[in-house]
Amino acid sequence: METTKQISALGLLSGGLDSMLAVRLLQEQGIRVECVNFYTGFCIQSHTGAMRNPEPGASPPRHDALHAAQLLGIKLHMVDIAEEYVRIVTDPKHGYGSHLNPCLDCKIFMVSKAWALKEQLGFDFIFTGEVLGQRPMSQRRENLPHIEREAGVEGWLLRPLCATRIKPTEPEKRGWVDRQRLKGFSGRGRRPQMALAAQFGLHDYPSPAGGCCFLTDVNYSRKLQDLWNFRGERAYSMEDIVLLKAGRHLRPAPRFKVIVGRDETENHFLAGIHGANKGDAVRCQGRWALHAVDLPGPLLLVEGHPSEEDLTLACRLTARFGQGRRQAAVRVAIEGNGRQEVRTVVPLPADEIPAEWYL
Amino acid sequence: MVVEPVPDRYLDVRQLLCPLPIIRAEAAMTGMATGAVLAICATDPGLSRDLPAWCAVNGHQFLGIKIQGRELMGWVAKG
Repeated sequence: METTKQISALGLLSGGLDSMLAVRLLQEQGIRVECVNFYTGFCIQSHTGAMRNPEPGASPPRHDALHAAQLLGIKLHMVDIAEEYVRIVTDPKHGYGSHLNPCLDCKIFMVSKAWALKEQLGFDFIFTGEVLGQRPMSQRRENLPHIEREAGVEGWLLRPLCATRIKPTEPEKRGWVDRQRLKGFSGRGRRPQMALAAQFGLHDYPSPAGGCCFLTDVNYSRKLQDLWNFRGERAYSMEDIVLLKAGRHLRPAPRFKVIVGRDETENHFLAGIHGANKGDAVRCQGRWALHAVDLPGPLLLVEGHPSEEDLTLACRLTARFGQGRRQAAVRVAIEGNGRQEVRTVVPLPADEIPAEWYL
Repeated sequence: MVVEPVPDRYLDVRQLLCPLPIIRAEAAMTGMATGAVLAICATDPGLSRDLPAWCAVNGHQFLGIKIQGRELMGWVAKG
């Protein structure tokens, strides 16, 4: 007896509404779906929520794609591509968007990685939740074929939410997917997606207003650019990009910067990063942790090549941002690079912190 | 009082942020026998929601989670 093989597809799932709808549209056609979610190191997800004091009554943060997969009843492959992703961020062939977001290169890279996983796991095609014209770089009509070509997946990347507005793909031509049951969404409006979500009974999805990548954030990009400028090269470690998400960053001089914890949870996080490296002479080189002795206040990390005067200035900043800011003198502990000492300093007055120090 | 499962493997992912605790847990599961227990120690509060979801999505058995101050300890039996 002849059996019909069930068609299967591997999708890129961000956990946002669009990718969830793309999954549902294919599931409605009897296609077996699994998804992949890539970790680049710049995913916003709930990192800030995990580092800061929780809002009263707020639920703990969550990974949107994981919860979307649970809701959709599909398997999710979570893949760490952060190390390989460095070259996409530091040397994007197609350049950056408004900030340090290499959206075209990123999309090409992710699609090619998804294709490789599709080949490894034996799926029939890949798909995304892209909507034509929704994003300025990677979802422009003229860029869609280009992404497929460069990723080496020409004709095999289905975009169920805007399929009827673009050329039919192989899965449609072969009759695996009914093109008539796909959508022709375009533009930045969200109404058609929200209507479709209601039709599918999907109610628990993240707010569409939230971005998914720190590289599209002006403040984050400025801090990353500062890091590159003062290191003299476009390079970063995984720890660098995590630290750029935490604290208030100030650069009083080209040779050093400080990161000031903004609440107790963030102080704890920064202390953990510093503490985790205590035994690692290389990673811990060029980093000091400062905090006021016997007074509530921030943990302050100093990074770079500060002079002794710079460290004193950092102590004064530590005092400035703590509860002892109005005291005549504050004792500040310095720890790092094989030294432990306490300096007594005068808190830096607010009007002696130039606005240009803030990154 | 809840009896803590006895782990076959222990994973320390303190200081790692979402989704790395889950990605590391997935890697740690490789090579473990079905039914074997993985204990995961983390500081990311998101683990309390992500660990049960990850178990549901991947067919593992979520055995529980304990929050002690800023640290979380979760247990999963491989499915």
